[in-house]
Amino acid sequence: MLFWTTLKVSLRSLLANKLRTILSMLGIIIGVGAVIAMLAVGAGAQKMVLSQVTALGSNLIMIMPGQFRHGGVRSDPVQTLILDDARAIMAGVPEVVLASPMVRGSVQFKYYGENKQATVMGVASTYLKIRNFELADGRMFTEGEIARRGKVAVLGADLATDLYGEDNSPVNTEVRMNGVVFTVVGVLEQKGTQGPFSFDDQALVPYTTAMNRILGKDYLDEIDLKIDENADQEAVQDHIETLLRRRHALRTDQENDYRVANMAEMVSAASSVTSTFTLLLSAVAGISLLVGGIGIMNIMLVTVTERTREIGIRKAIGAKDRDILVQFLLEAIVLSTLGGLVGIGAGVGVAKAATLVSGFPTIINTAYMIVALSFSVGVGVFFGFYPARRAAALDPIEALSYE
Amino acid sequence: MTGDMIDTDTAAPGEVPYDGEAHTAVAPVIEASNLVKSYVLGDTEVRALDGVSLAIGRGEKVSITGPSGSGKSTLMNILGCLGPPDSGSYILAGEAVAHLSGNRLAEIRNRYIGFVFQTFNLLPRMSALENVELPLLYGGARDARARAAEALKAVGLADRMNHESNQLSGGQRQRVAIARAIATDPSVLLADEPTGNLDTRTGEEIMEFFDSLHAQGRTIIMVTHDPEVARQCDRQIHIRDGQIVPGESYAPEGG
Repeated sequence: MLFWTTLKVSLRSLLANKLRTILSMLGIIIGVGAVIAMLAVGAGAQKMVLSQVTALGSNLIMIMPGQFRHGGVRSDPVQTLILDDARAIMAGVPEVVLASPMVRGSVQFKYYGENKQATVMGVASTYLKIRNFELADGRMFTEGEIARRGKVAVLGADLATDLYGEDNSPVNTEVRMNGVVFTVVGVLEQKGTQGPFSFDDQALVPYTTAMNRILGKDYLDEIDLKIDENADQEAVQDHIETLLRRRHALRTDQENDYRVANMAEMVSAASSVTSTFTLLLSAVAGISLLVGGIGIMNIMLVTVTERTREIGIRKAIGAKDRDILVQFLLEAIVLSTLGGLVGIGAGVGVAKAATLVSGFPTIINTAYMIVALSFSVGVGVFFGFYPARRAAALDPIEALSYE
Repeated sequence: MTGDMIDTDTAAPGEVPYDGEAHTAVAPVIEASNLVKSYVLGDTEVRALDGVSLAIGRGEKVSITGPSGSGKSTLMNILGCLGPPDSGSYILAGEAVAHLSGNRLAEIRNRYIGFVFQTFNLLPRMSALENVELPLLYGGARDARARAAEALKAVGLADRMNHESNQLSGGQRQRVAIARAIATDPSVLLADEPTGNLDTRTGEEIMEFFDSLHAQGRTIIMVTHDPEVARQCDRQIHIRDGQIVPGESYAPEGG
């Protein structure tokens, strides 16, 4: 009974000072709002990355040249992987069902008046299957074309659009890469942006052509493997490592001169990025809640001073210290909880607006809202306690004569 | 000479639920002896009360008068259980209350004292009913709302229950304050200059109202500057320099 009356009166007094109430809640609103919005964006980003990674298939293994360390300083990637490594893996590890060497370089694409600097990747014809790429138009180059270092190319979707426009099919046209004329035989389907390299902004050519005719490389930038779905991924990876170490004649005390990455690792890397992000957010949330809490404490101290006489009256008619404590604590909690609720609303609004404007997916997690709200209540209790105790400790005679 | 002067038509006090017997002046409801209270102002000690003893019987209407700085307010604060004396004994309604803790005193105030202040001291943003209800709620009464409504009816404000204090006139506010004071059915009504902020006519109305409460057997202590108010009481206690001046009334020349 007393509780409801107290709650009602505190709501009324907050309503009576609307501007002040809003200003004192602002810290909490911004803090909670920012955290909710960023968590929604983060969760959306994580989901997007995970779905893209899993779209590549979990049985993909990538081998990249390693880095040597000289007294803790990392050197540039070294040129340790060669075509024979790829052939040896294919021949020596039975669980590997598909393999493709890969060389990569930046070249100038030219189609009539259109110019574009983009990445060209020299790969085998198996590359599409390994990467789960689909063709939107035309065909992939053949083994025969690879064998005779054919000047044929498959373009990424964005690259094709940039050079040819929306409506023209590039298939059977001729495009120049660093001046060398290539025949376009196919166009890839749109994949969406992925990490630092967009697959949509690249062109695929036979690795033989890339190594000998445009990039002039005799080493590889990557070997991509697809392994048997039922194979033990760890065991296959160990097998490959043993094989490569022997081929590269590494002593037991030497580090690998190559790196092996699989999709499981990339997934865990993605989630470790996310957990770092979450940790960072928690720190931001903590700081903003602290600032918000100090704001509330400040306004509550002002309120207690302003309402000293009211406290005196309440004590005169029989309020105990606890009654006064509860009243002001309740007011602080109402303030912080309202702030939390408005903040959640604002955060959800911002997240939804971001999705609407940019199309970037956001995920609103109810658990985050509950946590944010609990923290808001906690802030009210923590920062409201000191002012409330000060109110409760007031001497009734002094409080009554306060002007 | 007060009881027969009530004009029931203007005061319209209605029925106040009160189980005390009228005018049993024999049993003292307040018994204080040798109350001492001093304050430290700068480096000097001011003795606000210097051995005050008094007894007030149940159903009496007593005024406490005295010039500013006489210790009148200090005496009122102690009698109202707002703070303890430094020494001396104080028995209120049979309970020794002189040296109780703050929270115990709050209970005592809630149960035995009804305050009426000069500045009304209604709480803002609360309706008349909620104001009157408050002491009942602090006392843990179950039927707080009903009893508050009853008390407001008794002061003739049944139709103003849901008005907030800023929607009420001065006289109405003071009547709400009186309703709040009597709602808990206290042993003593302690009024501090209850007419001080009212115009003469409204002040008279309020005084008549106190008279009717007195007629119903309530014990009333008026702390006042106003000789007119003091004269309307059964007995006048005059205080000067922290001591009761025997046989002296506040304005002897006035009658």
